[in-house]
Amino acid sequence: MTGGVQAGAAPAGGATPQPRPREPWRGPAARRLARRLITANETWTLLALAILVIYFTVRAPREFFTLSDFSLIAQNSAALLVMAVGQTYVILTAGIDLSVGSVLVLSGVVAAEYYTHNGGAAAGTGTVWLGAVIGLAVGFGWGAVQGFLVAKAKVPPLIATLAGFGAALGVSYLVTGGSDISSMPKKLTSTIGLASIAGVQWLIVISFLVAIVFGLILAYTRFGRYTYAIGSNPEAARRVGINVDRHLIKVYALSGLMAGAAGIMSLAFFGNTTIAGHATDNLTVITAVVLGGASLFGGRGTMLGTVIGLFIPAALQTGLVIIHVNQYWQYVAIGAVLVAAVYLDQFRRRLRERA
Amino acid sequence: MAEPLLEARSVTKRYGHVQALDGASFAVLPGEVVALIGDNGAGKSTLVKVLSGAIRPDGGEILVEGEPVSLSSPVDARRHGIETVYQDLALAPDLDAAANLYLGREIYLVPLLRVLNRSAMRRSAVSAFAELGVELPDVSAPVATLSGGQRQSVAVARAVAFASKVIFMDEPTAALGVVQRGRVLDNIRRVRDRGISVVLISHNMPEVLAVADRVEVLRLGRRVARFTASEASLEQLVGAMTGALTTEGEGGVK
Ligand SMILES: Nc1ncnc2c1ncn2[C@@H]1O[C@H](COP(=O)(O)OP(=O)(O)OP(=O)(O)O)[C@@H](O)[C@H]1O
Ligand SMILES: [Mg+2]
Repeated sequence: MTGGVQAGAAPAGGATPQPRPREPWRGPAARRLARRLITANETWTLLALAILVIYFTVRAPREFFTLSDFSLIAQNSAALLVMAVGQTYVILTAGIDLSVGSVLVLSGVVAAEYYTHNGGAAAGTGTVWLGAVIGLAVGFGWGAVQGFLVAKAKVPPLIATLAGFGAALGVSYLVTGGSDISSMPKKLTSTIGLASIAGVQWLIVISFLVAIVFGLILAYTRFGRYTYAIGSNPEAARRVGINVDRHLIKVYALSGLMAGAAGIMSLAFFGNTTIAGHATDNLTVITAVVLGGASLFGGRGTMLGTVIGLFIPAALQTGLVIIHVNQYWQYVAIGAVLVAAVYLDQFRRRLRERA
Repeated sequence: MAEPLLEARSVTKRYGHVQALDGASFAVLPGEVVALIGDNGAGKSTLVKVLSGAIRPDGGEILVEGEPVSLSSPVDARRHGIETVYQDLALAPDLDAAANLYLGREIYLVPLLRVLNRSAMRRSAVSAFAELGVELPDVSAPVATLSGGQRQSVAVARAVAFASKVIFMDEPTAALGVVQRGRVLDNIRRVRDRGISVVLISHNMPEVLAVADRVEVLRLGRRVARFTASEASLEQLVGAMTGALTTEGEGGVK
């Protein structure tokens, strides 16, 4: 998936610049803004989400989109949102990380193992923190190894992270012998897992904080800019002196770290390791990023888009339940929307290349 | 002859079965425009990449102001004041013109946290383009949305903005219309007048004779002739490129 390489090349031959058709009724500034809005993928994603919300609200005014609904959706999606943050970085580099659900499980299992040997349900605050750090470290390390495989060993991301997906789950089963560990520290489950701050669940607060912080890093720092540059044209990035390999390793390590964080959040929420429950998390997360307007060819996408993209399936699911339509239709609908989103991206890319 | 600013001595580079550079030598003198010409596949782009640190040669020597150096990355070359406009431009199409101009050399608002100063970069990008007479409709539009000529201008502006000794331009006018082409040639002269040497690679012989002070000819990965542009004719250049005329190593034209 290195489609960005040729994109920078100038068309060959001595084509003379085409005069652009003028639109005298519109000022250039207004036109620029309009063009920016139309071409911004988040505009469309947000529009889709708004239409869904309005539709369900009209169909079931008293049930849909009440505050409790929203907080339920956000709470169920908290771990997914954190993983989607990491996935956004990976996809921006024209990569993909299929391992996230398994890395979530593995990080949770290792932390849970630590808790069981250090007080179990009665473990103290220090132990809870240390276990969380261990879980994060497992995710980070696992991601870094996958990044190394992608950047240095030149194993395609799809394969490197598919292998990581299987291996992390395998290790989880080996460690636990196949049965979930379920005596989590009360200090973990009753705080992060259940408690609220100013009326908002901790899980929601954490997930949105993560999205905001890493969204800002993506948009405003050198790390973010290099991520876009590498996804856009890795050779150009290399030629201006960016250490592309090292940056890729960091990006995959970040995705692993996010999966580790999601692992701890999931432990806190469910109170056990839920080993069998995350087989399709990777697909959910990738769907969110792509629905959010990121290009699988790298270089294009935003964190805001990802956040919106994550809540489209959730809104759809809740809405279908409320209007008494079989909720499994959501998978069909999401599949269709996903294909449409990628087709649109391809279409625009072709248009651009021809220009 | 003044001491060369930048010199390649007997550089070799092989790609599989292709000997792209076969003992190529090349020199850039201070404050000159030197044209590097040769037929397709002669090894011009390969030589440029070697001298700008983008690829490592198999053998030979590179000297900057008489000192042997090793250019193991483009960053090394830049440190010596050498900038390059590559034939494939090497821009990130999804980033805007300002971001491309400063890619790898960002200006920070909060240096500690590596927070970018986007407005400062945009401002100085606008003035860098204005200085070159380049008109971009929107410096914050992705480079992919620009025309071929505009993209080329971005790549040229980037090199001009940062070079202190030498700029390589690999076919900078190939995608341009007549007006834009004239501008690039003006810019080449303007850069030279600032004391920066320019290496121009081009297949357009009238253009070469119009703008270059000297011409060096590459054939089959080796330098075969050197000319002073004001004394050379079109026939001589073409003869040297096609192999009808070889002066190098026979004590011919200096
Ligand atoms: N990356 C590469 N891999 C394999 N062969 C290469 C590579 N780059 C260049 N070559 C070969 O090396 C030779 C010299 O190529 P180079 O691009 O330097 O020629 P050039 O003089 O720039 O030609 P042109 O005028 O067409 O740009 C050619 O035969 C080319 O096929
Ligand atoms: Mg070439």
